[in-house]
Amino acid sequence: MDFISILSIFVMACFVGYYVVWSVTPALHTPLMAVTNAISSVIIVGALIASAAIGIGGTGATSKWLGLLAVTLASVNIFGGFAVTARMLAMYKKKDRPAAAKH
Amino acid sequence: MEHSIAVNPWASLAYLIAGVCFILALRGLSSPTSSQRGNRFGMIGMVLAVVTTLITHVPGVVSSYGFVVHVETVIEILVAIGIGATIGIVTARRIAMTAMPQLVAAFHSLVGLAAVLVAAAAFLNPGAFGIAADGVIFTQSRIEMGLGVAIGAITFSGSVIAFLKLNGNMGGKPIMLPGRHALNLAVLAGILGLIAYFTQDQAPWIFWTVTGLSFAIGFLLIIPIGGADMPVVVSMLNSYSGWAAAAMGFTLHNTAMIITGALVGSSGAILSYIMCRAMNRSFISVIAGGFGGDDAGGAAAAATDRPWKRGSAEDAAFLMSQAEQVIIVPGYGMAVAQAQHALREMADKLKEEGVRVKYAIHPVAGRMPGHMNVLLAEANVPYDEVFELEDINSEFAQTDVAFVIGANDVTNPAAKTDKTSPIYGMPVLDVGKAKTVLFVKRSMGGVGYAGVDNDVFYMDNTMMLLADAKKMVEEIVKSLG
Repeated sequence: MDFISILSIFVMACFVGYYVVWSVTPALHTPLMAVTNAISSVIIVGALIASAAIGIGGTGATSKWLGLLAVTLASVNIFGGFAVTARMLAMYKKKDRPAAAKH
Repeated sequence: MEHSIAVNPWASLAYLIAGVCFILALRGLSSPTSSQRGNRFGMIGMVLAVVTTLITHVPGVVSSYGFVVHVETVIEILVAIGIGATIGIVTARRIAMTAMPQLVAAFHSLVGLAAVLVAAAAFLNPGAFGIAADGVIFTQSRIEMGLGVAIGAITFSGSVIAFLKLNGNMGGKPIMLPGRHALNLAVLAGILGLIAYFTQDQAPWIFWTVTGLSFAIGFLLIIPIGGADMPVVVSMLNSYSGWAAAAMGFTLHNTAMIITGALVGSSGAILSYIMCRAMNRSFISVIAGGFGGDDAGGAAAAATDRPWKRGSAEDAAFLMSQAEQVIIVPGYGMAVAQAQHALREMADKLKEEGVRVKYAIHPVAGRMPGHMNVLLAEANVPYDEVFELEDINSEFAQTDVAFVIGANDVTNPAAKTDKTSPIYGMPVLDVGKAKTVLFVKRSMGGVGYAGVDNDVFYMDNTMMLLADAKKMVEEIVKSLG
């Protein structure tokens, strides 16, 4: 992929982000932050590439260990972020209404 | 320099789908009913991204037995994931909802540090990332890598400071270094200059100096910001963590990372904007720092000699049980006192007596965007009884009782009338328009977070309920019988 294609994806995604985030209800802004935290840990992809590489020489081995450490940190975030989001979202409940209630 | 990385088209497609899953995860948050499904989309996207990377990158050999993966590597990676998963899940289960801002700050710092580590790993072993030919890193990749490591490092050190401030390990007061603006600008210029130089010379010292300076500026940027502005800071760091992921996505030409980075970056930026608007603060003035730490002198000192009325729990119980509608205005003080469960009990009792109960939430009522909503949800307050400022503010005039608990600045009419007030221009809840205001507060002495006196205390229709928020609400519940 050339730079312009990547940049296009990036710019489009910024616009998508803009509209999607404005549609998030303010009541869910804290879960929003928790879940964005979790998904920004997709950086684990880079960490996995570094960890999976066969280290050649001193710097190669260092690179591998840095990668593994990054995998651990990103995993804390991924599992912690999604778990805490799920925990919060499970708390949001509607009023107990009679069965005839709408919706 | 133009270059391309050979990628498996199926892998690219998988990363794209992962990116779409992340968009759907955020989209789900438009309403509480769809939010849990959204969260599951996020998890699916993440699994897809991780599995795709493992399949395409774990080394293996083709032998007479077929394709055999390098078992050691797989075990190492699984152990790393396992350690992280354990820490993450245990933390997520145990954390108190009041401590959510600290947790989010801590998580941001991890994203930042992970970005730094990935950039460093890519710098040390560029061949593995396909961004170099014969050990010479492509020019474009050097810029992307430089920006990635810089944003990552700023996110890390900034979030660590934000965590320490939110967690109370470090005072909320802004720490003002002399000449800090000049210093910050110099460090920033140094970082950008070095990244530019990095394109000419792939020397390790440049990479590590950029990293070091970026750690320093993250620290320098956040220490002068006072406690009151922390909701903005947390949102801003949220945004940075996204940009860091996007920058690394550019380096690795990875669609999932770029889409996610853009989403998270926009999300944090929008939340910062919402928080700034809710406090009538410009983003620049927040970054410049210094607000919310000093005990404001003038206005606050003159306070206590003005007449005010004190009420008891019985008075409050009587007034509310006779009301048609009660609006509860909770603030962070309620959460600190852990009064939310007692409060919900009080609301239940009132509802039994036929009183309509609503909650009014100011955007900065908690310590981070939407914090108060989570705290109320935790106490089983139905979310359709909870209203945002702009949706409920016009209702105070037709309300019998406004019950303010643990909030102060967000109800202060000075924000509308007093041009000299530090909170002038901030949108506030018009509690004074209600027939009666019941104001729960620990004592008359203390002033709000912004250090400003509140005229609502001295109004004819205000009754001050001076006590610990939780004790007061429990007594009211008892009186309601």
